[in-house]
Amino acid sequence: MRHLLGIDGWRREEIETLLDRAEAHLPGGSASTPVLQGKVVANLFFEDSTRTRTSFEMAAKTLGAQVLNWTAQGSSVSKGETLLDTVRNIEATGPVALVIRHRSSGAPHLVARHVRCAVINAGDGTHEHPSQALLDAFTLRRHWGPLDGRTVLIVGDILHSRVARSNILCLRALGARVVVCGPPTLLPVGLKELGAEVTTKLDAALPHADAVMCLRLQLERQTESFFPSTREFARLFGLTAARAEKMKPDALVMHPGPINRGVELAPAVADGARSVILEQVANGVAVRRAILEVCS
Amino acid sequence: MSGLVLFRRGRVIDPRHGIDGVRDVLVRDGKVAEVSEAPLQVSGAEVVDAQGRWVLPGFIDLHVHLREPGEEGKETILTGCRAAVAGGFTAVVAMPNTKLVNDSALVTELVLSRARAARLCHVYPAGAITKGLKGEELAEMGELVSAGCVCITDDGRPVMNASLMRRSLQYATLFDIPVMVHEEDLTLSGKGAMTEGPTATRLGLLPIPPSAEVAMVARDLVLLEETGGRLHIAHISCEGSVRMVREAKRRGLNVTAEATPHHFTLDDTAVGQYDTHAKMNPPLRLRRDVEALREALADGTIDAIATDHAPHGVLDKQVEFEKGINGVVGLETALGLTLALVHDGVLSPSKAVELLTHGPARAFGLPGGHLAVGAPADVTLVDPAAEWAVDAERFFSKSRNTPFNGRLLKGCVTQTWVGGRLVFSNGQIQEAR
Ligand SMILES: [Zn+2]
Repeated sequence: MRHLLGIDGWRREEIETLLDRAEAHLPGGSASTPVLQGKVVANLFFEDSTRTRTSFEMAAKTLGAQVLNWTAQGSSVSKGETLLDTVRNIEATGPVALVIRHRSSGAPHLVARHVRCAVINAGDGTHEHPSQALLDAFTLRRHWGPLDGRTVLIVGDILHSRVARSNILCLRALGARVVVCGPPTLLPVGLKELGAEVTTKLDAALPHADAVMCLRLQLERQTESFFPSTREFARLFGLTAARAEKMKPDALVMHPGPINRGVELAPAVADGARSVILEQVANGVAVRRAILEVCS
Repeated sequence: MSGLVLFRRGRVIDPRHGIDGVRDVLVRDGKVAEVSEAPLQVSGAEVVDAQGRWVLPGFIDLHVHLREPGEEGKETILTGCRAAVAGGFTAVVAMPNTKLVNDSALVTELVLSRARAARLCHVYPAGAITKGLKGEELAEMGELVSAGCVCITDDGRPVMNASLMRRSLQYATLFDIPVMVHEEDLTLSGKGAMTEGPTATRLGLLPIPPSAEVAMVARDLVLLEETGGRLHIAHISCEGSVRMVREAKRRGLNVTAEATPHHFTLDDTAVGQYDTHAKMNPPLRLRRDVEALREALADGTIDAIATDHAPHGVLDKQVEFEKGINGVVGLETALGLTLALVHDGVLSPSKAVELLTHGPARAFGLPGGHLAVGAPADVTLVDPAAEWAVDAERFFSKSRNTPFNGRLLKGCVTQTWVGGRLVFSNGQIQEAR
C-alpha cells in the first residue's frame, strides 16, 4: 500500500509500470479480476468535481469495491469541523483508500500523515492532480509510443493549474519536452526548476508542438486582473481554428475539461480530428483502476 | 538588597565597551560594581565559577508575543518570561496585538503588573499605533508612553494608510520613541502563503513577492526622511529591504532594523511538504535573502536579533498549509541559532553578542545591554561548547511551534541573572518566593 500524493518524486520506471498496468485495465484488457471485492473506497470531495469523482467511482466499482461518496455540502465541515477530524471519522469506517479533492494545496499530504489507509490525491488546490497527468501521459503514449523527444505545449493559467504542475513533472519524467505558455501574470517564477520551458508567444510555439494541452481558464481570475477580459485572453491565448492550422499536421489537442468553449479552446478544434479529449476521459477510468489497484 | 555576587574568571564579552577577555565581575545591590582583569578577592560574596563560560550582558529581545491578555492557552506573561530567561533574555518587548489590544494604559498596566508578579525578567510593553490595530485612528500615544510603553507598533499588521503612517512618525517625535513597523503591502501579499520562488511554484502555494515588504520599507524610509522620527523595522527578511536600510543609514536617517533567527537560518525550502511550522509572516525567503541578512548582521545594517517569539497551539498548526497560523516560538533557540553564525564564520563572538545585547538596547534606548560599572546586573552565562538538540517538549514556553525541533545546536545558556538575582540555572527556573 502506498499513497499517490503527487507526481513529484516519481521515477520514470514507476510511472511506466503504472501506465503498463493501466493498459491491462482498458476495456477487454487482462486485468478483469475484482481485486477490491468487499473493500470500501471513500471519495472525499471537499471541492466539487463531477467528472473526477465519477471517474474514480467507476474505477472503484468496476474493481468490485463499495464506494462511499462524501461531499462537503451539508456536512460537518460547514459546521467548522477540521479536515483531520472529518478524515479520521471517515477512516474509522474502514476504507482501504481515501480519494481526496481539496481546495488547499497540500491537504492530502496533511491527511496522509495522520491516517493509516492509502491517500490518493484527486486534485489539491493549485498543487497537483496526479491522476489527470497519468491519464494524459497514458493517452499520449497510446498515440505515440514512448514520449521521448516529443514536445507538449501547455497553454493558459499555469499559476493556478494543478494539471499543469503534474503534467510538467510527469511528461518530463517520461522524456518529453514541455513548453508552457500564457500571459506573464499567470506564469509563476520557478517553472524552469520544475522542468518546463517558458514562453509567452503562442503563435511561435504552436508549430513545434506534438500536442497542445489547453487549460481551463477560471473566469473569476479576470476580476483579480490577471488579464483584462476573457475576450482578450481568447484573442491572445485561445486555440482558435486559425491557430490550429499552424500546428503540425498530426499534432494532438488535449483538455482536462470542463471546457470554456470559445475561450481557451474553439468548439471546432475541441470537436475536430486532432482532439483526443474524449479519449482522455475514457482512459481516465483505466488509469484510475490501476492507481486504486496499486494503492489499495 | 545587598547581595554580593562574584563571577570569577569568565570570558566577559561586552561589545559596547570593547571588552572581550577573562575578567572577574563583581555585582553589588543589583548593579555591576567592578570589572577586573586581575582576580578579585571579596569576602562574603557568592562566587560563581565562570571558567570556560562566557559572561555576557543579559540578552534583550525587541519582539515577543506573550499572548496575555486574551490567549493564555498559548502563552502567559509568566510562561513567556520563563522561556525568556531560559533563553538568556533578561528583557523583552511585548507586542500589543493581544486579544485585548494594548492601545490603552489599562492594558499596559496589566502587562506590567503581571510581569512584576512573575519576577523573572524585564518586560517592556509596546503600545499600538492605531486603536484596536485597525489602521484607522491613532491610539493615545501620550497615555501609552506615560504608562510605560517603550515603542509603538501595529505588529502583525502594516499601517497601510501612508498618511496615517506619516503622522504617527511625526507625532512620535513628541516622545522620542521608535515606531516599529511590520512591513507588508497587503495588496501585494494578497492570499499568498509563502515567498515567491521555485518552492512555492512546486508546492502550488500562492506566492508572496518580496516587493510586499520592500515597497513598504521604501515608503516608510521616504516618510521618515520627511518627519525626522525614529523608525524601527521589525523582522526584516529581504535582500531588497536590507539594501535600502543600508543606504538610508549611510545617509544618516534614524532607522534601525531587527532580524529573526528563523529568517537568517532557514530558506523557503524548509517548508518541505507543507510543514506549517515553517509558516510565518514575513515568510521564509530565498537563499540569497538569507545570505543578505547574514551580511547585514555582520556589517551593522541590522541592529538587533529579535525572535518574534509567536506561540501557537498544536491545532493552529495541524491544518491545511494556507490555513496554518503564522509564527514560531523563538526565545529558547535564539542563542544557539545566533552562535551558529559564529561557528559559520559569519559573525565574531563579540558581534553576535552585540546583536543580542547592546544593539537592541541602543535601538530602543533601553537600560542594560552592557556590563559597565553601574549597569544593571543583568547577566547571562553561556557554555559555548555545549552541544544539545532542540526538544520542543522541554520548552518553558507553553507552545511548541518551532521548525527547529531536533536541530543540533552548539552553545547553551547555563545561568541567567536579572538585577543581581539568579532566575535561571542549569535548566531550572529559579522562581522568586
Ligand atoms: Zn510582524
